[in-house]
Amino acid sequence: MSQNVSNLKDAAMYPRQRHLSNRAITNIFIWPTLALLIAMNVFPLFYSLYLGFTNYSAIAQKAPVWVAFQNFSTILNDKNLWQYFATTGRYALMSVTLQVLVGFALAMLVREKFKGGSLLTTLILIPMMISPVVVGLFWKLMYNPSFGFFNFLLGMSDPSKSPDWLASRLAGQPVPGLALLAVAIVDVWMWAPFVMLLVLSGLKAIPDYLYEAAAVDRASSWFQFWRITLPQVAPLLLIAVLFRTIEAFKSFDLVMGMTGGGPGVQTELISVDLYRIAFLGQFRTGYGSALAYIILIVIIAISNLYIKYLNKSKGEG
Amino acid sequence: MTTFEETGPRTPVVEPTRVDKVHPRAKLRKSVRVILTVIVTFVMIVPVLVMIMTAFKSRADIVTPPPKVFFHPTLEGFLYLFTDRSVLSPSNLEAERAHPGDLNYWQKLALSVGQKINGPSDYVGRLKNSVIIAGTSTILSVILGLFAAYAFSRFKVAGKDDLLFFILSTRMLPGVVVTIPLFLLYKQLGWNDTHIGMIILYTVFNLSFSVWLLKGFIDEIPIEYEEAALVDGYTRLQAFFKIVLPQAVNGIAATTVFCLIFAWNEYAFALMLTSEKARTAPPSIATMLGSGGLEWSAIAAGSLGFLIPVAIVTFVLRDYLLRGVTFGAVRK
Repeated sequence: MSQNVSNLKDAAMYPRQRHLSNRAITNIFIWPTLALLIAMNVFPLFYSLYLGFTNYSAIAQKAPVWVAFQNFSTILNDKNLWQYFATTGRYALMSVTLQVLVGFALAMLVREKFKGGSLLTTLILIPMMISPVVVGLFWKLMYNPSFGFFNFLLGMSDPSKSPDWLASRLAGQPVPGLALLAVAIVDVWMWAPFVMLLVLSGLKAIPDYLYEAAAVDRASSWFQFWRITLPQVAPLLLIAVLFRTIEAFKSFDLVMGMTGGGPGVQTELISVDLYRIAFLGQFRTGYGSALAYIILIVIIAISNLYIKYLNKSKGEG
Repeated sequence: MTTFEETGPRTPVVEPTRVDKVHPRAKLRKSVRVILTVIVTFVMIVPVLVMIMTAFKSRADIVTPPPKVFFHPTLEGFLYLFTDRSVLSPSNLEAERAHPGDLNYWQKLALSVGQKINGPSDYVGRLKNSVIIAGTSTILSVILGLFAAYAFSRFKVAGKDDLLFFILSTRMLPGVVVTIPLFLLYKQLGWNDTHIGMIILYTVFNLSFSVWLLKGFIDEIPIEYEEAALVDGYTRLQAFFKIVLPQAVNGIAATTVFCLIFAWNEYAFALMLTSEKARTAPPSIATMLGSGGLEWSAIAAGSLGFLIPVAIVTFVLRDYLLRGVTFGAVRK
């Protein structure tokens, strides 16, 4: 509305002055961005949809051959790929659950202001911003059973009895799942502060009088938590959960830095496997594109939830 | 009739006090909470402290069990990271040690581990690539994002919500998925392993973020300022440059820094689309090999290059961090 008013004013006061119309400015301002996004994101998506139906390999000197749904049916019948999807799902579930618990606890801990409190909160946030591949590499060193700090600080300094996390071994015995847990722990270390940040912003918005009323009514802190804190923070917590779930499904850098998928295929997340298929060995570009599309559909499903929710909470706010 | 001033407290209550927070037990609880917070924070940043510590350990100190908390600090890691060296034979070693006067600090350090510096390592060039690519792409994506964000914030755009949704959705795409077709496209254009290819890719990668974040910042600037300027005879463009930009300067700075960090940290695209000429630091730090496996002291030294900028940024941007990591969706 207000723009229209100003347009009218413009037109009335400076009828002969030559300047760009708002529509022209809009186009000039928006189109470079849209054009770039279309060229670099939309076009590649269509291209890779086509490639998904071919047997193309980027290093072979042959033109792509149309194979219809062969790639997709191979993928859907490939037990290994299902296993990698399941690993990714387990990883996402594990790391997101832990992140929410740890992040929420952190937020409850630092919610009340005290001297130096904001400094401490900021310190906690640092890991979130470090390059995931560097974090992964560094934790590989931390997890080393003989000279790493992780076991040492937990008081397990005898390498023959303590877990070798990234090899999924405990006291010489294989313990499947230990390596995946180790990766999830690092993800939690990095991103629990993210959940904390969102929960804190939710906590700040809770009006004090709710707690005062509850205190006057002698409600227990347990009751206050379940009936006031949690429902009020829930919308932001949901955003955090969806955001982290999407990221967990896309997880690549951290695992590459830490395990590269090993030991065996225990931490072979689906995007790591996609990288292996499309960019290593035979460069199975067509097959990889088909797999990429299946991953994409999963992520779009989660993203849609996220964006839908985001719009809803924005509309309320 | 008595007024508030007559019946109220003599001095205004400055500190907000909640009725359930004045009990002595509540005060005790608070000090317990403070102590607990300090402990938890310490535990959370132990890995960061270890990272800093490891960067100054010698190769031998890093791989000796049990891990050392106290050690003799050295810059060996930086030597391994930044220089290309060759091992000296015993006789050459003697000859080099004979006249130590002409050697600088790094040459002496290399000599102390029996090596001779031949020149800068590949990593130096890769850091340069990182600076060029991250810097240029950040400038481009902030400028483009600023224009688009302004238009989305101030003008009627047909299908605005859908367009914004589209822009955001590009960021949700997993990097590995987009890279396969881009790899082929770049192969056609001859852009694989080039600066221009990476700059454009990172620009697009950050563009959705910068549009969303900047739109949030511009939305907060009252539209009345521009209207007043328009009434005063400014054109739309003048109003944009002279009124809106100065008002949005904090937001622009925050967006710039976020884009820089994202581009600086990016690994997946660089791993798949570069090999030698345009390879950036993150993928090369992961392949820092020494004699017998990964060269941990070099890796630890290199990781400081990622930790220090991030630590500074986290402190400077702590009030904007929430907006940054949620694409401006959550403000406070």
